[in-house]
Amino acid sequence: MKTDVANSVFRALADPTRRAIFAELSSKGEQTVHALTSFAGVSQPAVSKHLSVMKRAKLVRHRRNGRETHYRAQPDALEPVVQWLRDYGAFWKVRFDRLESLLERMDP
Amino acid sequence: MNQSEEQTRSVVIEKIFAHAPEKLWRALTEPALLTQWLLSNDFLPEIGREFQFKNEPVGGWDGVIDCKVLALDPLQRLAYSWRAFGHESTVEFTLTPADGGTHLRMEHSGFRANQEAAYRGAQYGWQRFIENLERLLNVEVQ
Repeated sequence: MKTDVANSVFRALADPTRRAIFAELSSKGEQTVHALTSFAGVSQPAVSKHLSVMKRAKLVRHRRNGRETHYRAQPDALEPVVQWLRDYGAFWKVRFDRLESLLERMDP
Repeated sequence: MNQSEEQTRSVVIEKIFAHAPEKLWRALTEPALLTQWLLSNDFLPEIGREFQFKNEPVGGWDGVIDCKVLALDPLQRLAYSWRAFGHESTVEFTLTPADGGTHLRMEHSGFRANQEAAYRGAQYGWQRFIENLERLLNVEVQ
């Protein structure tokens, strides 16, 4: 698992506005920054900043067409997140082992 | 999605520890001990107590986990909500006396079919995400 990739995806998805933008792009397809700005209800610089975070996480791709920049979702970018959540099983298993060694060290 | 709203998927781990329930309960509820085996935290054993696990990398994520104590039956049962990056789940510990020790069962559940998809309506990206989650989490780790 590529930890840094998962990290950037998690960071990108930790913000509710970015989750909303990602969901919007996923359901409606490619959209301009203008359209996303009116959807998100925040300023255009704020939307652009969100989009650049999402771009780094490879959650979105963009293309320029004249003055407009169009963005679309890249759902495959969620794979590292799915992978990490699958690892919850492994996470708890490791923690149980640590619990056992802690119990050995504790006073009765 | 074919799953009903109420249907959930869980990660379950069970183990018999050669220690008394009292000792296990301390490891589950004393913040300093909890830090040593799980994550650093500001847990307090009170129903409704909101606390966080943090400051330790978990797999690929170094963020904060927001929690709230939901159930607290000394020496028997402890449950708290577990919210990470907008996804809420529940962690429940059940202790049962066993031959020569204590049987501990941990169930991490609540990966609901419609949970994130409900955010701003059910939409393709999240639907697919949650469906993947469901498929992947439908395993029991022994």
